[in-house]
Amino acid sequence: MYIYDDFDLTLVAERVAEFRDQVARRLSGELNEEEFKPLRLMNGVYLQLHAYMLRVAIPYGTLSSKQLRALAHIGRRYDRNYGHFTTRQNIQFNWIKLSDLPDVMADLAEAGLHGMQTSGNCVRNVTTDQWAGVAPDEIEDPRVWAEILRQHSTLHPEFSYLPRKFKIALTAAATDRAAVRVHDIGLRLHKNGTGETGFEVMVGGGLGRTPFIGKTIKPFLPKRDFLSYIEAILRVYNQYGRRDNIYKARIKILVHELGAEKFAAEVEAEWRNIKDGALALDPAFVADIAARFRYPDYKALSDNPIELKRARAADPKFEGWFRNSVTPHRTPGYAIVTLSLKPEGAPPGDATSEQMDAIADLADRYSFGEIRVGHEQNLALPHVAQRNLPALWEALDAVGVATPNVNLVSDIIACPGLDYCSLANARAIPVAQELSRRFKSLDTQREIGRLHINISGCINACGHHHIGHIGILGVEKNGQEFYQITLGGRADENAELGALLGPAVPYAEVAEAIEDVVAAYVELRERPNELFVDTVKRVGIEPFKERVYATR
Amino acid sequence: MPLVRNGAIAEDRFVRILDDMPVPDGLAAIVPAARLLADAGELARRNGALGVLWPNDRNVSELTPHLDRLALVALVFPNFRDGRAYSQARIVRERYRFRGELRATGQVLRDQFLCMLRAGFDAFEVSKDADAQAFAAVVSRYSVHYQPAGDSTPSMSMARLSRARPAAVLAEMPRQD
Repeated sequence: MYIYDDFDLTLVAERVAEFRDQVARRLSGELNEEEFKPLRLMNGVYLQLHAYMLRVAIPYGTLSSKQLRALAHIGRRYDRNYGHFTTRQNIQFNWIKLSDLPDVMADLAEAGLHGMQTSGNCVRNVTTDQWAGVAPDEIEDPRVWAEILRQHSTLHPEFSYLPRKFKIALTAAATDRAAVRVHDIGLRLHKNGTGETGFEVMVGGGLGRTPFIGKTIKPFLPKRDFLSYIEAILRVYNQYGRRDNIYKARIKILVHELGAEKFAAEVEAEWRNIKDGALALDPAFVADIAARFRYPDYKALSDNPIELKRARAADPKFEGWFRNSVTPHRTPGYAIVTLSLKPEGAPPGDATSEQMDAIADLADRYSFGEIRVGHEQNLALPHVAQRNLPALWEALDAVGVATPNVNLVSDIIACPGLDYCSLANARAIPVAQELSRRFKSLDTQREIGRLHINISGCINACGHHHIGHIGILGVEKNGQEFYQITLGGRADENAELGALLGPAVPYAEVAEAIEDVVAAYVELRERPNELFVDTVKRVGIEPFKERVYATR
Repeated sequence: MPLVRNGAIAEDRFVRILDDMPVPDGLAAIVPAARLLADAGELARRNGALGVLWPNDRNVSELTPHLDRLALVALVFPNFRDGRAYSQARIVRERYRFRGELRATGQVLRDQFLCMLRAGFDAFEVSKDADAQAFAAVVSRYSVHYQPAGDSTPSMSMARLSRARPAAVLAEMPRQD
């Protein structure tokens, strides 16, 4: 956990007061909607199809049980008793009244929560590995750097009116769980030849209507230069990013138009001017931030305790969940537990207020009061003693968050789509729900193996369809919902964009088409553990295309 | 349009010179960027303070040979969502050490005052009267800032280091058996 001090809380409280004043001026007509819009956006307030939507920041996906209870309270008191966890480790409430918003913000502030950096053309909530600090394969906790960046970019006077939104992700692990190559800036902590830890800096990745994989412009950036170099990137982008066309305003277009080398040279020139200034990081400052991340007082336990062995042997349901949802922890005797928010037939990523309260209680009892939110729209309890797994499983199952489908075909990532969003061309949630019903058999899902389906209801790609092993993109044709299917995308350290399968299929046929793709994969794979993406890579799109379009 | 300078509503002593209009001697005048670059020598010989209106898509490095003769640099926000002049302001103030008046022009609204102030602006051609009246209250809304910028307020990161460890306000992690 990162412990907020009085500085952080003062700033959040002042933000609430400012927003209260802005809402009052909007309600009185002193501000018109055009003037109010960027102000509400900078507090995470959108105007959606049916109502205002509030997005609350969950920096690098770390929540305390107190904060999760505060979110449950917001859902219960001001919304329709649920919240929706997003692909950027945030949470959204879909039915908030404008006049309630200042009170909502004040309630959130009591738990150190706010909507800053969740919207608007600023540096957005910095994301990282949801297992940061506990993953066995990381070289250090990347949240320290995410927090330094969060502080630096919060209400930044120079970068609050960028050409477009700006997303930064960090990873410190061998396996990239933060999708850093599809962010405006991706940062990978690694060691150079002399054993010093620093950052590989990637820039210009992104999805949306013009997807790009980020280009490395600095293979090794020393820690001291972390902020000054990022400031230089932002300054170059702020001055030269396109502002004439919203669809060409992201940094990826600037990098593409200038070329990565020229862009890197511009950044380098700017950076030389500022690298030895106020942003050069003092190790004492980094140590101070790091010291405010508290780690649990782990007990000396050993792996595979008898309680775990017994439960695994006795109960096949527990065994199935254990194999699917429990991941190794860096501390012996502990485990990371993923809580699936993808039960059969439900909208991906939703949690009711009762579920949030129950999970907060379980976090207190079994995970040192800490919860994580992953970009796959699931939650995790990061510090569970293995001997407590059987009891935890029963409790999670009782509240409906123990579906053992993590990373399987029904663990679908989907945007809100036409059910909520004013930008959408097609529904996304009902497609996810239908797929989760068709693939409801856990045996079938296990047989298929790891397979990520991502669904976006429009070209803005909030469901990250480009990087789904199977991507589904909703488009509108003559007033009808159609879906384009892409195969072979991935977001990890081998990030790649999916390839288009063929003509879009109508709403009524999309689930069946996906079933055909999966059936083709099962026949085509060389061995049972050849992953879907690897099969696509090996055989190409054609065999899938033949299968899907033969009968259409 | 009211002018706020050094935190208070003030009289604007500068006249705005358009394109090729003659620049009257003895008056404080703001000339367009192109005019400054074309007639630099002539403008330097006249009496009266000189300012320049610099567009937000022109590199401010072109200003450097002229800065020591300028009493004012006016930067432009064509609309408040276009933030290019924030970067220009910081470069002019922090890199070129310009100590004259740095004026925000264009669509200048109260909700951006603080960003502008922190980027180094000290004068504001405010679009609405009510916003100009509210200037002092608006810019004192925040007592803390995380990052160092163009103004002199200490950043939180520095302030934190210069005092004893703060007491944590939110609960520490619960212990567990």
